[in-house]
Amino acid sequence: MKPVLKLEDLTVSYNRIPAVHHLSVGFFAGSCVALLGPNGAGKTTLLKAIAGLLPIETGRIFRERGSGRSAIAYVPQRESVDWDFPITVRGLVEMGRYPAVGIWGRFGAADREAVAEAIRICDLTDLADRQISALSGGQQQRAFLARAWAQQAEIYLLDEPFTGLDRNASASFSAALRRLRDSGKLLIASHHDLKNVAELFDHVLLLNGELVAFGTTAETFTTDNLDRAYQTHVFSGHP
Amino acid sequence: MSWLAEPFQYEFMQRALVACLLIGFTNGFLGSFVVIRRLALMADALSHSLLPGLAVAAIFFGLSPGGLLFGGLLAAIFVALGGHLIAQSSRIKDETAIASLYIVAFALGIAIIKYAGVKVSLDHFLFGNILGVGDGDLWTTYAISCLTLLLLVGFQRPLLLAMFEASVARTQGVRVGLLLGLLVVLIVLAMVSSLQAIGVLLALGLLILPAATMYLLSDSYAVMGWGGAILGTLGAMAGLLLSFWANIPSGPAIVLVLGATFLAAYLFSPKYGVLSRRLRKRHLHEESLERWKH
Repeated sequence: MKPVLKLEDLTVSYNRIPAVHHLSVGFFAGSCVALLGPNGAGKTTLLKAIAGLLPIETGRIFRERGSGRSAIAYVPQRESVDWDFPITVRGLVEMGRYPAVGIWGRFGAADREAVAEAIRICDLTDLADRQISALSGGQQQRAFLARAWAQQAEIYLLDEPFTGLDRNASASFSAALRRLRDSGKLLIASHHDLKNVAELFDHVLLLNGELVAFGTTAETFTTDNLDRAYQTHVFSGHP
Repeated sequence: MSWLAEPFQYEFMQRALVACLLIGFTNGFLGSFVVIRRLALMADALSHSLLPGLAVAAIFFGLSPGGLLFGGLLAAIFVALGGHLIAQSSRIKDETAIASLYIVAFALGIAIIKYAGVKVSLDHFLFGNILGVGDGDLWTTYAISCLTLLLLVGFQRPLLLAMFEASVARTQGVRVGLLLGLLVVLIVLAMVSSLQAIGVLLALGLLILPAATMYLLSDSYAVMGWGGAILGTLGAMAGLLLSFWANIPSGPAIVLVLGATFLAAYLFSPKYGVLSRRLRKRHLHEESLERWKH
């Protein structure tokens, strides 16, 4: 099987300071990957680089499927969103269709169907006409996932999606994530709660400025690897 | 209905009415983007920074609408870009940079106006005079209105994306910086077009108040935009009539009418009104019960 997303010797800077160094790793379709590492390890930087939001210093990013803009869906941290924006859940999910519809294209029946499906899959049918601030944290996270789904992306990049979600909310959110995974999508999420990694993710990428370990959760999520990733010194490339 | 038609038998009132329709609608629509993007104070700063441009234009071209438009636009864009540049290149934040520049520009404008060859009173720029609107002004306003509405409707989708979540918009290939820059240019154009009617200082009211009122009434950006446009038009017309009957200047009359609708929405909006929320508040038990169900 060929990886759908391959990083080769990738170095990315954040505010002109290199945050991810010479990373080489391949991700496969139909998997849910946890991006783990201490604060400052470069998790968000890596996600943004894959999303095309940050320039690449060295190396390359290869994508197997879908080279278009809409093949990658980026779900930002919840704090960065203006929740008082006058938009309903349905309106938010419709935004996921904008790349496909274009600036002046007509919003057709197929688009409406894609929106309805995304809302259904993320369990938001009853809440579709609510303004987005009238949702709970888990529902807000699912609404953004629904938008990414409506975009019909192949690769989903999620920045700390489980932060601030309680047990029930993260259970229903991860159920929505699994539905995406089972339909063959690749999901990469930065994450910091080590207690629930095993139940939420299939693969783990341990990062500490550079690659510490990557593999299936069963093989890679070990005390030994965690100690190496979370040691006090974050690799910054500087002695 | 003769009381309503009576003021409009004068030609200057007919002209004023057309001006109200155009600037009320355009500003009301544009205002929704300004309010959603929280650019109200930025727009205020831009309106003040128009002054030196107007003064210089008045010195060189007299009071021709084209010259004023060009001068004002140039000055405001200079302040907006300069502020952006200062914020990018130093530890000074955006709002401080813009505020510093616009207040200097405003001072410069007042100083320059003293040297304007034509007899220009400061009051004319600061408060406008809708009853003195000429044909040239109307054509300028008409052109700006068409351009603004076309661009806002045409680029509505990428604009909304850019305003809502810039990083997601960028991953979808939206030129965020360019679109937000366009929004600033449109704000300046709208300000210049309402200059003759209600002046630099009050132009902000026409831009912000209808949209702010609609924001209290609706959760849909589309309703906010078109509703703001209709409210802006009606408010400007009502203000014009009020100024005729009460014999007060038209600019303040328009802003006062719009201010009254804003206050009413703040108090009585069915969903977000302060008073209606208080009256509607149910027993705590029912509220917690409903939350439990979700």
